[in-house]
Amino acid sequence: MKNTFKLISVAIIVLCVSAFTINKTTLNEGYKIGDVAEDFSLKNVDGKMVSLSDYKDAKGFIITFTCNTCPYAVMYEDRIIALDKKYAAKGYPVIAIMPNNVSVKPDDNLDAMKQRATDKGFTFPYLIDKEQKVYPKFGATKTPHMFILQKTKKGNVVKYIGAIDDNYKDASSVTTKYVEKAVDALLQGKEVEQTETKAIGCSIKA
Amino acid sequence: MKFKTVLIILLVFASCKNEEKKAEIATNDNVVEKQIEANLDLEVYDFAGFEKFLNRDDGKIHVINFWATWCAPCVKELPYFEKLNAEYGNENVEVLLVSLDFPHLYESKLKPFIKDNKLKSKVIALDDADMNTWIPKVDETWSGSLPATIIYKNNKRKFFEQSFTFEALETEVKQFLK
Repeated sequence: MKNTFKLISVAIIVLCVSAFTINKTTLNEGYKIGDVAEDFSLKNVDGKMVSLSDYKDAKGFIITFTCNTCPYAVMYEDRIIALDKKYAAKGYPVIAIMPNNVSVKPDDNLDAMKQRATDKGFTFPYLIDKEQKVYPKFGATKTPHMFILQKTKKGNVVKYIGAIDDNYKDASSVTTKYVEKAVDALLQGKEVEQTETKAIGCSIKA
Repeated sequence: MKFKTVLIILLVFASCKNEEKKAEIATNDNVVEKQIEANLDLEVYDFAGFEKFLNRDDGKIHVINFWATWCAPCVKELPYFEKLNAEYGNENVEVLLVSLDFPHLYESKLKPFIKDNKLKSKVIALDDADMNTWIPKVDETWSGSLPATIIYKNNKRKFFEQSFTFEALETEVKQFLK
């Protein structure tokens, strides 16, 4: 009897500790493939607040964490504009979020973002994660960092995390367009084949 | 009058010394004499060529730092790697600075940077656009953000996707010295 009691207490302790550990890891590392992404409300360069729930007709989202100051992010700007032009009408609009601390990177402040959006003719919202609470939830670590969400009954499910394509230097030398392949698959009702990719980027300035 | 002159001279010397001591690494914005062509040889590797640096079996402690001149936190921590190289070079510690600068800026940015900051550690450039293939080969956990650092000795290795202070870097290297 005593032994059984001991065993049960040990089991309970192990369960508690492991539950805590698992929880902690999730918090630290952000969304995984298959997780439901929480909605947010962030300020756009036009001064209005934007949330995922504003997009009633969207089938999903191409979310990019990007900024003005990272050379990799800048190299991908034209390709992000092209993604929005191609997929917004099909139900997957681009939403760009600037995650950096603007006291570390003043050239990423809202005015500079506004200027950038105007100069480049961004066709999508360019939001500022002013309180820096959204990017950690996603687990974004760098710019550019892409997340594709699919709208489902249980919420916006993370379907892809990673790079835009496999050649940052030269759009014409790209052999695999990771994001396009993923969105195409989702539009055809298929599962995404390559759900995660890696690329060099600028660390997000906390 | 004489006293004043001496004082001024002393002050000038003192300020020079101070400057020398600081010897902070210049950022892109304040690199002076940019126009001077840096005539130094830069080894450039694709990942297949670079991989050997990650797997040396020579009993040395290898500290490999991935950086770029455009990466502010990388530039900030470079002096610590230089200091490590200077202070632990005799203790079998070898620092390798792997630049991920863009190839078209090697001449105008990277080489002048190496020259102006008188980098003593070995600097090489890694140019391989297929990042999704090689990043996990450096370390499975690396998301791809810079700076990143590997410390290894034979089969023992540790990977860091973070910035370092000199003290933190020294502490990690000491783990390998034991």
